[in-house]
Parts: sequence; structure tokens; C-alpha cells
Amino acid sequence: MITQPNLLEPGKDLKKRYRTDRWFQRIGITAITLALAFIALLFYKIITEGYTAFIQTKIMLEVDFSEQTFAKENLAAADYPALVKKSLSELFPEVTGRNDKKLLFGLVSSGAAYKLEEMVSANPKIIGTRQKVWVPAASDVDMLMKNKIDRNAPQENRRLQDNQLAWLDNLHNQGKLEKQFNQTFFTSGDSRDPEMAGILGGVKGTFLTLLITLTLAFPIGVAAAIYLEEFAPQNHWTDFIEVNINNLAAVPSIIFGLLGLAVFINFFGLPRSTSIVGGLVLALMTLPTIIIAGRASLKSVPPSIREAALGVGASKMQTVTHHVLPLAMPGMLTGGIIGMARALGETAPLLMIGMVAFIVDIPGAISDPATLLPVQIYLWADSPERGFTEKTSAAIIMLLAFLMTMNSLAIYLRKRFEIKW
Amino acid sequence: MKASSLLVAGSLSLFMVSPAFAARDYISIVGSSTVYPFSTVVAEKYGKTSGAKTPKIESTGTGGGFKLFCGGVGVDHPDMSNASRAIKASEIKTCADNGVKEIVEVKIGYDGIAIANAKTAAKLSLTRKDIFLALAKEVPDPADATKLIANPYKTWKDVNPTLPANKIEVLGPPPTSGTRDAFVELVMETGADTLEVFKNLKKADAKAHAKAVQTVREDGAYVEAGENDNLIVQKLQSNPNALGIFGFSFLDQNADKVQGSAIEGKLPTYETIADGSYSVSRPLFFYVKKAHVEVIPGIKGYLAEFASDKAWGKDGYLADKGLIAMPDAERKQMAANVAGLKVMEMK
Repeated sequence: MITQPNLLEPGKDLKKRYRTDRWFQRIGITAITLALAFIALLFYKIITEGYTAFIQTKIMLEVDFSEQTFAKENLAAADYPALVKKSLSELFPEVTGRNDKKLLFGLVSSGAAYKLEEMVSANPKIIGTRQKVWVPAASDVDMLMKNKIDRNAPQENRRLQDNQLAWLDNLHNQGKLEKQFNQTFFTSGDSRDPEMAGILGGVKGTFLTLLITLTLAFPIGVAAAIYLEEFAPQNHWTDFIEVNINNLAAVPSIIFGLLGLAVFINFFGLPRSTSIVGGLVLALMTLPTIIIAGRASLKSVPPSIREAALGVGASKMQTVTHHVLPLAMPGMLTGGIIGMARALGETAPLLMIGMVAFIVDIPGAISDPATLLPVQIYLWADSPERGFTEKTSAAIIMLLAFLMTMNSLAIYLRKRFEIKW
Repeated sequence: MKASSLLVAGSLSLFMVSPAFAARDYISIVGSSTVYPFSTVVAEKYGKTSGAKTPKIESTGTGGGFKLFCGGVGVDHPDMSNASRAIKASEIKTCADNGVKEIVEVKIGYDGIAIANAKTAAKLSLTRKDIFLALAKEVPDPADATKLIANPYKTWKDVNPTLPANKIEVLGPPPTSGTRDAFVELVMETGADTLEVFKNLKKADAKAHAKAVQTVREDGAYVEAGENDNLIVQKLQSNPNALGIFGFSFLDQNADKVQGSAIEGKLPTYETIADGSYSVSRPLFFYVKKAHVEVIPGIKGYLAEFASDKAWGKDGYLADKGLIAMPDAERKQMAANVAGLKVMEMK
């Protein structure tokens, strides 16, 4: 006899199915919560460590740009460090001993002298006057003001002596020591003094390198995608090429660095550490990503569009350039931007071509030695000075900001131009 | 096919401009990551005060630096190489084979290697023998001192009864690092040679001896913490039982967080390293290609800046960064060598 299941009474089976359903959902939610929690933790850690780098401790000095200091014709030859020392001595006339003086002068960054030099060369009229100037404090003072050095620790365990603390308190009470917006961080290149270090060199290098990557990889990638998708015959050769492109997309990036070293530097003799080599290497690295994204977006254009165009007499070329490509463009742009974003975060291939280097001068051309933002982060993370810890996190904040901007742009472009079928 | 021909055409058009790169108007320096913090400071000072372009410095490690340095003469090759050890005879030979025949050796000062733990823990006093017994892969059997067995020690107390009963946990640099080479040479090898069995082995089989004394245990007691010394300092803070191995400049900068252990009764301080009584210290160098001095602008200025007392002197700015200055006489001799570009003898 065949028992008919009663469709009105829920069986044992149904309960079990509902239960597995709920379990599956719960696992999914847990996974998402975990991922979000880790991201939140990362952001919290980086932002709390890094936000202090955007402000900087400065000391106000009254500098006497007396005429005899600038007696010589050459303004750059004047003794600017002596000017800084003189104004500090005027602030604390009671400090006399050689050692004490050395400690006193140590409160101000070596960047103070460069700042005065800059002022004089920008406006030579200030010679012969007294000026109030805010100069950067030494990194240790900066760390103290940001509570990253414990002033209650025994003297031998901290980098500032008791009398230095007393002088600083004195300055603070007079309003001559305060925290201001850190402009240097955005306008200067790398430095070994944390208070003088900035990201402009890294940002400019990143810009030049990615410009080369984009101008090379995007047109070539799009052309390759169009050819493979629209024109190439389906045979073993194209299958072989497709497999290889997919493989290349998964190759670890350091391999591209080795390739760049062997081909561009050793064979073609391009100079090491320059944006042009970096751009070429990153272009090779992003090319497969762009080709794959391009082909996917070409595939998503319905065949009816092509058939209609061909049906009214358009040539194959016209069909592609007038109809298929404009419809596929948003997807291709997204692929391009995501490829660029990946290139923006790379350091491994750059290690091989000498872009992991200490470069102070801000690159002006593609043939100048340059470094990239992620490399700058790597170098700072490895520096012994305490002040670089916050600079590292601040540079990471900037890099994340760039990445987010690029990814939002990709989403915006997709939403703006996407056509739903 | 079209894609590849485009790629070829595109790259070719880019390389057309390459002759414009032929001249180089900045100094290119490669080499040791230990010397890097010092040479970068000098480079920056030189660039800012002279108005010339700031030298470009890559941190490639000592061995990697010599490989590039000895690649040949010409603007494609670096002008100088930093090193945390003296150049080897094999490297001099490679250099000579590639046409780099005149090299100027410059010793810049000393660097100490600290073995440190967190300030919250008790300060340790170790000997190199203790460290060897704690970290070597194979040690003499406590029952029979002529036989080597896999390292059985779990705590420092097992190694030496005067030490605390903490688990042996040491964070140190990986084998690619020059600091590791120096640590093995200065601590492990000397530590081993205080033991009878290794002395005998050295006479009997030098190769086996070298392997035995240089191999660090791999059972988790020695943790390779990467090249980042800041990371080691952070890990020490969160784990008071662990010891860390890093350069003296990191100890100097983080004196409020970590403390150096005494080795053979001497604490790592500027003074003990300078007078040689702290045993774990090594000289640092850089090497200059003489053929480049007249060709690349700025080399002479950079050398003069480096060899000035305000840089590498006892009160110089390199001392502030943790470099241990050479004694006065040695420094004077070196400065004269630099000024006269005294070429090394090619063995």
C-alpha cells in the first residue's frame, strides 16, 4: 500500500528543513559580523594611532634677521642654525653650560633652520627686522606633547631630561609652545627626522607611476579584450591564450618585479628606482585583470545588439565601436579602476626594481627616482624613531582614503552608466 | 595577436627615449639595512645644505648590496655600498672580474646588538654560553658532554640555575638579515667554543663544527620576527617573558619600554660598546667606487659630510641616531683615507 503524505499536516521533515535554513542564515550573519568587526578594529587602531600626525608641536621664536648675518651676497650661505640658537639663548639667558645649551638647542627641530632659510629666500625684505616665527619642535618634544612619552618615568628612561621638561613648561605657559596643523606632512618628501617627514614624495611618485600604468594597461587591455571577444576565431590558439591570461592574473606580484628587473632594467637599461620602470611593471601586472574584466563586460552585451547592427548593414568594426563598446565601457572602466587600486597597494614588485629606497627629493618627471605611498609606509614602519609610529598610521590613513575614493568612483561609474536589460 | 603587437610597439616607443636617461646627476647607494639609518641621515643633511640632489639609498642588505655594487662600472651601477661586515674576498673578486678594480673602504663606526626584554620584567645577566645553550639546535648532552643531542632545555633555569624559570622565548631576525649573521658569529660561535665538545669538533671537522654552532633551534623557542625591529619591541612589551634581539639604536630609542640584558656582566650602553667591553658589537662600513668619484656629481661632498666630526664624531648627529663613534685616532685615520680616496688592496 502506498501511503500518501498528508499535505495539510506539516511533517517532521519540514521542521528539520526550517532548522537547517535558520542555521545557514546564522552562519552567514556571523561571518559578516566577524569581517566587519575586524575592519572596525583595523580602522580604530590605525585612526587612533595616526590622527595625531596631522597636528604638530611648534615653538615660537623671535628671530633677529640682523644685517650682519646676511653680509655676504649669497643668502643660502648665511648661518641659519646660528640664528635659531641665538633666539633660543635669548629666551633662556640663564642656560650657560655647554651640555645644557646642547639640550636646549635639541628642543627645536633641525628643520627650523631650513624654515628660516625658506623665509629669507621668499622675502629678502625681512633682513634687518625681528620676526616671530613658529618653527617645528624636535620629535621628542612632539611626542611628549602628544602624551606618547611618559614624563613621570625616571629621567634615564626617557629621551627628555628634567631641565628640558622645565624649559618646555616655561614655554608652554608663555604660549610659545603649541600644537598646530601639520602642513609639513602634506608638502614635503621623506626625511629621517619624523617632524620633517611628509608624504608628498610618495603621493607624487604614486601619481606618476599610476599614470604610466593607466596609459599603458588600459588601452592595451581594452584592445586585447575586444579582439579576443569579438574578432578572434574560436580555436586552440585562443583557448591557450585565454588560459594563460587567467594564469597571469593569479601570478604573485613579485614575479612581475623580477621580470621588470630582468627586462626593463638589465636588458633595456632603464634606470633603477624610477617611476617609468615602476609604471611598466605595474602595467604588466594589471593587464590581465583589465582584459578579464573587459571580456566579461563585452560578454554581458546582448547578442541582439550586434545582430541588429549587422542587420542594418554596419561592418564588424562599426558594430563594435558604435554599439558594443559604449555599452561595455562602464564595466571596463570599473575593471580598470579596480586594477589601478590593486597596483596602488603593491610593494613587492617594487622591491626588485629598487623603488624601496630613501628618496628625499620630490620626483618631477618619470625618469626621476621615486617611491610610492605603500613603500613609504613600509620604510617608516621600519624606522627606530618613536615619531615614525604615528606617521606610519597617518600614511596608511591617506592610502586607505585614496583606495576608497577609487573604489567609490568605480561604483559611481557603474551605477551612472550601467544599462539593465 | 593584435594585443601583443600593440604591446611590443608601445614598449618600443617608450624605449626610444631611453638615451635621455644616460646621465645620472644623483648618487646611488645600496646595501645594509643596519647602515641605512645612518647613511640616510647624512644624505639628507648633505642634500639640504649643499643644494645638490639628495643621494638615493636602497636598503638591500649587505650581500645584495655587494651584488649590485660589483655589477660593473658606469651610471647603471650604484656608486657606493653600505655593509654591516667587511667585504669578502669572493666579493672583491666578483668586483674585479666586472671591472670594479678600485674600491675605497670606509669604516664609519660600531653597532651593538642588544638582547633585551620588557621593562616590566627583571633585568637578565647572561653569558654567551647561556645564550648558545638556550638557542642552539644541538647541545652537549648534560649526562655525557661529548655527545650532541637535540636541545632539551625548556626554561632559562634549565640552562643556568641562576637564571629565572621563564620559558625560553627569543624573538630575533631571520637568516636574511645582517644582524642575524652578526649575532650568530659574535654570540653563538663564541658561546659554543667555550664548550669542550665544540673545540674538539673544530679540530676534527671544521665544516660540521660550523654547521653545528650556527644552527638555531627550530622548535619554537627562537621566533623569527621579521626584519622589523619595531615589531619586536612591541611584542616584548606584551610578553614580559620573551627576549628580543635587535640593533642598539632601537634599544636607545625605546629605553622607556625595553632594557638590554647584560652580556658577560656588561650592559649595552654607548660607552661599553665604544670601549669594546660589551662583546656583541661589530664595525660598520661603506665602500666607494673610485672610478665614479669624478663622474657622478656630489660624491666628494657626500664623503666630506660623512667624514666630518659633526657627523660621525662623538657628539655628532650620527651618535644621536645610535651609531657608536670610532676612537679619535681611528677616526682621524679614516678621515684621511676618505680625503685621499685610499684604494683597498685587491687580494
